[in-house]
Amino acid sequence: MSRRPALRRAALLLAALLPLSAAAQDVLIRNATVHTATARGTLQDTDVLVQGGRIAAIGTGLSAGSAQVVDAQGQPLTPAFFGGITTIGIEEVSGEASTRDGALALGQNAKDITVRPEFDVTLAYNPESILLPVARVEGIGFTLLNAGTTAGGSIIGGQGATVRLDGSPDPIGPKVLFVSLGARASGLSGSSRAGQWMLLDQLVDEVRGRIPADSHFALLTPAGRATLARYLDGGGRVVVAVDRAADIRQLLRWAQKHKLKIAIAGGAEAWKLAPELARAGVPVFVDTLANLPGDFDRLGATLENAARLHAAGVEVGFSQSDDAAHNARKVRQLAGNAVANGLPWDAALAGLTRVPAQAFGVSDRIGTIAVGQSADLVLWSGDPLDVAHTARQVWLGGRAIPMRSRQTDLRDRYLRPAPQPESGALPRAYPARVD
Amino acid sequence: MLRPLTAALCAVLFAGCASTGTGGRADAPAAPSGEAATAFTSTYRPIAAPPVLITGATVLTGDGRRLEHADVLLEGGKVAAVGTGLAAGADAVRVDGTGKWVTPGLIDVHSHLGVYPSPGASAHSDGNEATAPVTSQVWAEHSVWPQDPGFGAALAGGITSLQILPGSANLVGGRGVTLKNVAATTVQDMKFPGAPHGLKMACGENPKRVYGQKGGPSTRMGNLAGYRAAFIEAQDYARKREKDASTRRDLKLETLAAAMDGDILVHIHCYRADEMAQMIDLSREFGFRIAAFHHGVEAYKIADRLARERICGALWADWWGFKMEAFDGIQENLAIVDRAPGGCAIVHSDSEEGIQRLNQEAAKVIANARRVGIEIAPEHAITWLTRNAARALGVGDVTGTLEPGKMADVVLWNGNPFSVYAQAEKVWIDGAQLYDRHDPSRQPVTDFMLGQPTAQGGVR
Repeated sequence: MSRRPALRRAALLLAALLPLSAAAQDVLIRNATVHTATARGTLQDTDVLVQGGRIAAIGTGLSAGSAQVVDAQGQPLTPAFFGGITTIGIEEVSGEASTRDGALALGQNAKDITVRPEFDVTLAYNPESILLPVARVEGIGFTLLNAGTTAGGSIIGGQGATVRLDGSPDPIGPKVLFVSLGARASGLSGSSRAGQWMLLDQLVDEVRGRIPADSHFALLTPAGRATLARYLDGGGRVVVAVDRAADIRQLLRWAQKHKLKIAIAGGAEAWKLAPELARAGVPVFVDTLANLPGDFDRLGATLENAARLHAAGVEVGFSQSDDAAHNARKVRQLAGNAVANGLPWDAALAGLTRVPAQAFGVSDRIGTIAVGQSADLVLWSGDPLDVAHTARQVWLGGRAIPMRSRQTDLRDRYLRPAPQPESGALPRAYPARVD
Repeated sequence: MLRPLTAALCAVLFAGCASTGTGGRADAPAAPSGEAATAFTSTYRPIAAPPVLITGATVLTGDGRRLEHADVLLEGGKVAAVGTGLAAGADAVRVDGTGKWVTPGLIDVHSHLGVYPSPGASAHSDGNEATAPVTSQVWAEHSVWPQDPGFGAALAGGITSLQILPGSANLVGGRGVTLKNVAATTVQDMKFPGAPHGLKMACGENPKRVYGQKGGPSTRMGNLAGYRAAFIEAQDYARKREKDASTRRDLKLETLAAAMDGDILVHIHCYRADEMAQMIDLSREFGFRIAAFHHGVEAYKIADRLARERICGALWADWWGFKMEAFDGIQENLAIVDRAPGGCAIVHSDSEEGIQRLNQEAAKVIANARRVGIEIAPEHAITWLTRNAARALGVGDVTGTLEPGKMADVVLWNGNPFSVYAQAEKVWIDGAQLYDRHDPSRQPVTDFMLGQPTAQGGVR
């Protein structure tokens, strides 16, 4: 507690420098508890030197040179966190269709199936969305853009990719294909989940040329065939939203048969197949707060899902089933609750950092604190997995991110005393006077 | 904070205060009036249990105090004493509270457990009577499915009482019901004895979206016209009933009239500051009091006004952006409502997930408030989940704090509850231990979950 005023001064100092720091600035973060999310684990009283936007050195007593010095005073430093599988930047207001771009529905009516794996949701990404600052001031540095499944589309949502929430316009990782299975998607497979395997097998046949492109059974466009061909035989990650153990079992068989490199999102009952998932090397992105049987696919939902998967050797990450975009910052709460229910702390940290970075093909740049990695870092007020603490400063690519968002602007406007018209004060809509 | 309000309620009750045996004390719960008072009455029976002595804990009393190394004695279903060096008879169950924290049972003023239960079966979608914009005749308790596994999960999160509300499709959705969070076969066995009904109303986008293509309202001005027309009709009905008691009962108007009489506490789903101001004016026009605005993501914009009006803000920690009226949500909303002189902040869930972790929601608010220099002590924050919620439900006289004589609704936590790692270890309701994290024999399993291929019997 006694450290806070000094740290706040440091944060203020950083804020004052922000307008000047549009370009990456060299910085030495001193005396941090560095959670590397690597095999090195946690390093006490350690310095991290950032040069040219990258981590240049990790050690003790590092020389600052011309770098700006931030005294962490022993507080935790982590890689910037993964915000989950979201629609950040492709959805502004969920209730307003004109601001939503996350799912394709070319079908004339809800029962039409249009299979367009070539659909690439990253083309709709708006790096100026106000959702980005809202997430990143809470320590969220990257997310996987989700191509969702909706009526008029198909169980294949399309493609997304990893973006860094630094305002850059393009994805930093390879494309990822999204598939939805089970109850949530059976309306798009002839009202039966058995139809999902029938459709998927047919698509493989089309890609392999066993169904001629001009057959009236064909579902894919030429671009769709080319896209799917890339994912068959392990050419790209396929993220499958699925919960029920029986469906996961079928998925493992199908993926093995076609040599697909899959990850599971949701996976409420994944713990029941933990050894099989571990053997197949399938990472699972769980919503650790979803412990209720929300539908009949999730009767086996448990708070211990993450812990059981990890104990069996499965790589565990986190992703929310609720409003994942606007409240991406809640992913930290998922990780903390997983720890409260048996997941080792280091594994939970990895689930927010290294595991998603590896699963989605960006671990050569982000997701760990190691020399050469992009300096995407967060300095926390305390345990970063506990909602009782907050991010004090976020760096992305070595750049100190302004710790402001539309929400902090609103907050600051209304923290001011109410203007009194009688005393000549203008309404809050006018900029605050700086005396 | 709601004392003047509840006192006013007492004054207009023909028998409510006296019949509760509280001698007309200010916080006495209102009771349903008229014929409705004798219908669907509570059959809840507290479970007899030996006295309990929790020793050496950090105790947050729920009325703003924090006691270190303190004892809590529960006896006869009531809080008997809180202090140090308490003694108990040989028959008492002794619980070592060293290193642990004790709070009153948590209370959620906004839940749809039972009316939108898990699993989300279409056959159990019973929360919105979306057949007309004003359905004040419906009662949420007639939809509650007691086998919802969400009740047990909420209990594991320390919830001992909760208000089940109709949804927000309608301008007036119907009556809400306050329950003790006990496993039961009938909802009557869960009904909080003596608790007044709530009246669920809804502002803004939801009613006009639901009825926009179904005869209206399709605009916010249509919403307001709809409430006004309904209350005008209810005024007329009340006058007729007063003049002629044989006037045929009308369930729809009876409920609205009871809200104007203060027998039913008005809870309004309302996001925007400007709309809350409209609803305050509406309440003036028809002479009813608003107990709480629910959701109120813009409550921070009118925090002083809400405090002056003695209206609670029942709020989330961080939900925002899912629709236009939620676009201006901020994470300090609760803290700003709370800091207004006389302000009444409540953490609510409106979620089968959130209700399990109201303590974590409060923890987020504390952390975010600290960033802007607002320090909130645990002994104060707990009032958002206990005392303030109890008062908004009209049961502040009998639960919500650890004052002697109140219901022994108590939670023992494994540490400071305002942390992601906090877990309720034991929960007592009216002195009976109905949950134990480490003892499966004290973990309820609903009929629905029995025999299912679940993790370990119940919801964990």
